[in-house]
Amino acid sequence: MRIKKNIAVSSTGFVFNPTTGDSYTINQVGQEILGYLDKNKSLDEITSLMITAYDIDGPGFEKYFFDFISMLRQFELLEEENEN
Amino acid sequence: MKTKITIAVTGLNNTDNPGPGVPVIRGIRESDVFETRILGLAYENLEPGIYMPGMVDKTYRVPYPSEGSDVLVNRILEIHKKDPIDVLIPNFDAELYAFMRSENILKEAGIKTFLPTLEQFEERHKTNLPDFGEKYDLDVPFSKTITRIDEIATLKEEFDYPVMVKGKFYDAYLAYNEEQVRMNYNKISAKWGLPVIIQEFIKGTEVNVVALGDGRGNTIGAVPMRKQFITDKGKAWSGITLDDQKMLDLTYRIIRATKWRGGMEVELVKSHKNKFYIIEINPRIPAWVYLAVGAGQNLPEALVKLALGMAVTPYVDYQVGKMFIRYSYDLIIDLNVFEKLSTLGEL
Repeated sequence: MRIKKNIAVSSTGFVFNPTTGDSYTINQVGQEILGYLDKNKSLDEITSLMITAYDIDGPGFEKYFFDFISMLRQFELLEEENEN
Repeated sequence: MKTKITIAVTGLNNTDNPGPGVPVIRGIRESDVFETRILGLAYENLEPGIYMPGMVDKTYRVPYPSEGSDVLVNRILEIHKKDPIDVLIPNFDAELYAFMRSENILKEAGIKTFLPTLEQFEERHKTNLPDFGEKYDLDVPFSKTITRIDEIATLKEEFDYPVMVKGKFYDAYLAYNEEQVRMNYNKISAKWGLPVIIQEFIKGTEVNVVALGDGRGNTIGAVPMRKQFITDKGKAWSGITLDDQKMLDLTYRIIRATKWRGGMEVELVKSHKNKFYIIEINPRIPAWVYLAVGAGQNLPEALVKLALGMAVTPYVDYQVGKMFIRYSYDLIIDLNVFEKLSTLGEL
């Protein structure tokens, strides 16, 4: 699960999809998660990193994580498994 | 050294429903090849492009095409006699017919154009779009032309509401029921005449491509755009260039198949299943062409080169994520300036 290759994410959290022309802003935590996804980290690895860095437990984080992922999917920002 | 030429341009109505004249002039003014004298051809005394600083060097009033093609062309020839024109760039659908029909007369007089052929113009016409789609194997929404108000009652047999109600040249409205179709039919037919086109409504995102064909099947340039802000007249107030190979491939295909000659705007709807439907093909450069210039493709300049028979290297690239934002601005002019154009027909 990775962000599509052509999606540009700036250091200020500005996300631009050049295929649709849509743009979004994400906060620092979102940027951090995108960074982990880009490094191909697994859910367990991301959860472990996030619960160490922030005051949240595993199940709590996973709930927000899946919300975030479904939003990325809805906005067609994710490289789906069956895509080349 | 730049080549000195004189170019006559229509479409100076830089209003909330802008003509392409001003952006075409801006592109030409930025040319590294031409040093241009611009003659503005205005249908109305209050077209803003007449008065905008740095746009036209001289303006002439011209009669509306509805007064007769010959009347319009004769006026152009009259202007040409005292102020010779090298290239004429018409920018309205409604005037194209007159200029296409008179292409040879203009050419003999020394005025060059680069327009679609009458056949190309007709076959992509809104009224002929379903046949066009079938002929070139392109996805177009189902549509039907109507010429009588009593035909509206029978539409429910062929269409699901909502439907698009369109004028033959301009205007398009979404109608959710028979009553709204009737209202828009009256509005459109009073303004643009008949027929009125009823088109299946495709839900999705509207995206457009500006392109230029060399008349031999080659695409000289093409830039896709998505409208980001749309006015109540359905015009783009802001837009952004896209990186969408499907849109480009579709445009190349249309230009190759039709051997399109001149500027073109392909209006598409991208459905939620990522399928593209052609909703219109406009036979001229659109009003947002300056976005293409800003993104690296000076299509107005390339069109002038084609008109002059110069070799043109096709553009292969453009900057993705370039945006345009229109704005309104009050120009202050003295009454005597307006008076001069009103009384003498030139400024």
